[in-house]
Amino acid sequence: MSKERIKIAEELYDIMPAEYQDLVKRATYGNEQRGWKDIGNAKELIEEHSLCAGCPESMAFRYILASLPNPEDTVMVGSTGCTSLVFPHVAVHNIHSLFGNQNAIASGLKRALSVRFPDRVKDVVVLAGDGATVDIGLDMTLQAWFRQEKFTTICFDNELYANTGGQESGLMQKGFVAKMAPVGKSFEKVRLPEIARESGCHYVVNCTVSKPNLVEKVIKNAINVAREIGPTYLQMYTPCILEIGKNSMEGLQEMRDSEKPSERFAYKEFVSEPAKELLAEMAAKEKERKAEAKRQLASQTVAVG
Amino acid sequence: MTTTYKVMPGPEHFLPPSASSMGIRLPDPGQAHIHGAIVSEEEAMEQAAREFLAAKVPTVFPGPLVLWAWNEKAAKKAKAVRHLYETIKECVDPKLQQAMLIPMPDYRPKYPKINPEIEINPNHPNLTIWHNKIDACMFVGVHCHQANLSLKIIRGGTSCYTVAMCAQAGHEDAMLSFRDATAEKIGRLADWVKKLKGTVPPPE
Repeated sequence: MSKERIKIAEELYDIMPAEYQDLVKRATYGNEQRGWKDIGNAKELIEEHSLCAGCPESMAFRYILASLPNPEDTVMVGSTGCTSLVFPHVAVHNIHSLFGNQNAIASGLKRALSVRFPDRVKDVVVLAGDGATVDIGLDMTLQAWFRQEKFTTICFDNELYANTGGQESGLMQKGFVAKMAPVGKSFEKVRLPEIARESGCHYVVNCTVSKPNLVEKVIKNAINVAREIGPTYLQMYTPCILEIGKNSMEGLQEMRDSEKPSERFAYKEFVSEPAKELLAEMAAKEKERKAEAKRQLASQTVAVG
Repeated sequence: MTTTYKVMPGPEHFLPPSASSMGIRLPDPGQAHIHGAIVSEEEAMEQAAREFLAAKVPTVFPGPLVLWAWNEKAAKKAKAVRHLYETIKECVDPKLQQAMLIPMPDYRPKYPKINPEIEINPNHPNLTIWHNKIDACMFVGVHCHQANLSLKIIRGGTSCYTVAMCAQAGHEDAMLSFRDATAEKIGRLADWVKKLKGTVPPPE
């Protein structure tokens, strides 16, 4: 799998806009070691976005796209919300589902891809907001997990319906007052990571997207576990700076404040036993690969010397 | 079913009816249509060549099925498309006419901006037509559902003459449509352009 799959016809190469030429020449498709550090060096799979200036969701999008282990064979399934404004700009196959239907669509898609391409690894990643994942789409979310569907569900948790003006959502924190929820939320934030664990997810993480290294690690883990074992769930805090009354440059600090040990987005991870074994095996292989690369580099240095 | 409706250059109105709903039917193999009337493929070839030679800005819009080298067939078609464009360019009067070759690399809606000088997008093809003052164009290698969308928007909001070189069953919403496009067929159209060079009065 590599960039060989996307070639521009030679006769028409010169008329293609530069962004497509760049995508073919300089994108990270096929690079197994791709990660967030490629941002700014290689052609990115999302170059421009249509979100608000300083939106943490845009950071999350960049880190996630940079961390997909297999972007040329990944299909992302989105739902209505701010994320759906970004997908048209993303150089990865994606499907926009009806609101809340994303996990049902992804279930069918993953099964169809397995039948259609039995010899090829095809990853399916759901990326939706908290309204689609936890409120309107909770049925589809949970049923996919109960059925042990092999794909990753990522929830961009901004703790309200931001795209429609700030209505209360199940993941909103208790007592929070939003523009369209003036009396404040009367019940606790739904504990979906725990529900995910109890529903059969093999890898569950609750975090913010303030640390790109961490986002890369959890994305890769979640996708690899989903590919081999079963459903995985990531809940990532991507605050809507407009709806919580912050300025463009305050999104990162908001995430840092919310991930302190006693806060609601303190890093939490659950890994099932089979997933632990798989990740340990993969870590050992990675260690071996690095050691081998080091040995080769050393032998080349000696030869040159 | 008979119809008096003709698929003519617009602007028809903001939401033109789909030509099929007005009784326009698709040609059978070996045929084409001009303004909705079924004609022989050769007749349509001649008419399309005349439209290109009479236009101020005759333009070819290659879509993803020929822009990307999916397979050998696609690469051959790309070569034929390039040849057609070069032939049109060679056969028009450079002082009065400007042939263009503008790609439609994919179908994603390019909001908030598109560069109409260098590309066309099926969700707002009128921007590229208006910007470059294109008065005759041909779609080739565009998936049918996206071509239909573009052709309707162009008919609705511009006065551009549209030709569809379709690899499937043709397009009712184009003013002139071929079907079962191959590299050879695109080459034949280029031959017609060459043949009619100098016989069509240039635009005023």
